[in-house]
Amino acid sequence: MKNKLIELKDLTKNFDDQQVLRGINLDIYENEFLTLLGPSGCGKTTTLRIIAGFEEPSSGEVLFNGIEISKLPPYKREINTVFQKYALFPHLNVEDNIAFGLNLKKVDKSVIAQKVGRMLKMVGLEGFEKRDVTLLSGGQQQRVAIARALVNEPKVLLLDEPLGALDAKIRKNMQSELKKIQREVGITFIYVTHDQEEALSMSDTVVVMNNGEIQQIGSPTDIYNEPENRFVAGFIGESNIIEGHMLQDFLVEWDGFRFECVDKGFPENEEIEVVLRPEDLDIVSPDKAQITGKVISVTFKGVHYEILVETEYRTYMVHTTDYAEVGRKVGLSLGPEDIHVMWKMGAY
Amino acid sequence: MRKPKNGGVWMILPLYLFTIAFVAGPLIYVVALSFATANEGYGVTWSLTTANYTRILEPVYMKTFVQSFQLALTSTVLNCLIGYPFGYYMARLPDKQKKRAMIAIMLPFWVNSLIRLYGWIIILQKKGMLNHVLQSLHLIDKPLKILYSYPAVVIGMIYVLLPFMVLSVYSSAEKLDWSLIEAARDLGASGTKAFWTVTFRLTMPGLLSGIILTFIPSMGLFFIADILGGNKIVLVGSLIQEQMTRGSNWPFAAALAVILLVMTTLMIALYRKLTNAKKLEGMGWE
Repeated sequence: MKNKLIELKDLTKNFDDQQVLRGINLDIYENEFLTLLGPSGCGKTTTLRIIAGFEEPSSGEVLFNGIEISKLPPYKREINTVFQKYALFPHLNVEDNIAFGLNLKKVDKSVIAQKVGRMLKMVGLEGFEKRDVTLLSGGQQQRVAIARALVNEPKVLLLDEPLGALDAKIRKNMQSELKKIQREVGITFIYVTHDQEEALSMSDTVVVMNNGEIQQIGSPTDIYNEPENRFVAGFIGESNIIEGHMLQDFLVEWDGFRFECVDKGFPENEEIEVVLRPEDLDIVSPDKAQITGKVISVTFKGVHYEILVETEYRTYMVHTTDYAEVGRKVGLSLGPEDIHVMWKMGAY
Repeated sequence: MRKPKNGGVWMILPLYLFTIAFVAGPLIYVVALSFATANEGYGVTWSLTTANYTRILEPVYMKTFVQSFQLALTSTVLNCLIGYPFGYYMARLPDKQKKRAMIAIMLPFWVNSLIRLYGWIIILQKKGMLNHVLQSLHLIDKPLKILYSYPAVVIGMIYVLLPFMVLSVYSSAEKLDWSLIEAARDLGASGTKAFWTVTFRLTMPGLLSGIILTFIPSMGLFFIADILGGNKIVLVGSLIQEQMTRGSNWPFAAALAVILLVMTTLMIALYRKLTNAKKLEGMGWE
């Protein structure tokens, strides 16, 4: 089906005596929108810089189409980068910025003009050829940066938190535009961000990283619905994380309650953690649920209320459009598919 | 725009007075003086004449200008070659070392420059440190005669003016966003290519202002030539000083000063034209 384009094999990276990557194994496919997601300092940018060629790994391999490239300088790789702060050349105008790579390759002038024109059209900046890049808005600079990278027809485009400096509204627009551009040019995008919502809405594959290690690789739906551990569940979306036991396949227990679930393959009586997404919980009358408690706080969040329900054992967070006043006794209902069982952190 | 209140005029009046008294006044006086005639002995006669300027055209004085220009050019070129890499690498040092390097550059300024130049006599003289070291390393058989020669003056010029070049390049390189060089490398430029297409272009304002800061003084720094060059190297600066003191010919000294001023002003005009035309300065990059 799809071809493997880049393979990272057991990559590690040390800066001085600090280990920032602790064995990264990752396959990246052709025509894939892959996002490296994680908090700052998790190693996502370092991974990107190793793929770009700005850093050499301390150990491990980087294969590009099956060929080891970790010692190859950046200018010999079929990979281009969109930098966090765009890094446009202030002494060149829009056209010359985009043509920078082609000029270095001594491409014919008329071909360059044609390609630059096509790129500007794609990023929606027609007629901006002679503009001064330093006078463009953040969003426009971003588009120039994307055009400057894509005009070289790379096999892979790396994007290092490219929307970080833009305000919320432009960021939303650019998200869908980036996705559109990726489909149009049909190449692999490797995108680095710490914004989980951005990662989920744009990517084909999300790679969640923490502390120099990959926590989970999967589609946005998988990552959200089936987080593999407490870190992923906590980092992506809000969740109630509860320690419990897996009594047998499809049967989980916590706080003395037993629930049917859809998970299997855990050893009997294994200590596990359960993720309950706040939007999966429903508030019902106390006689209709196993879990009962008292509402201790209600916050209006725009679309829904965030309600905290305190039970004998713990406090649950519930997102619901139904209102329940503070102090009311309520029950919490949940179905088998609302329960996500994870291995305990450090158990593997 | 709001018109400034009348009080504003009084606030900036001292500045005008100061400029008139200490900048414009003396300048006008020098220009006027250059058209006067020197008396026998002391003082001047205020009769309008261009004789002082035609006298500059005499070969002996023209030669002084040419020699000054050559020396200034030599020391400026050497200053660029030493100062540019120096300032550039200084800007790339880690913060802590950057501070140390800065202190090392500033330290000599705390000692009077004449005293520091006399230090060079000790180093360069026939039985000085330099010859001693070279001889004990068996690199030379007999001592080099550097002191009171052209090279000694060039060494002195570079010594005095290098910090200005270094700091000026440094301030320009320090502002440079290093991700631009990464961007150039990413887009297909080798290290050398990235340097010439991006780094050098963007640090040019620093280099150019360094050139101005070193070239102009080196036209006029007479005491370096006096101390390290003996009497052999006569520069415009020394000539002016000579005419002011021993020659007692203030009008001629004034004419020489005016010509020097015109030359340096033209240099600055050229610099501004170069930088404005290429839009190298005052750009809004972080």
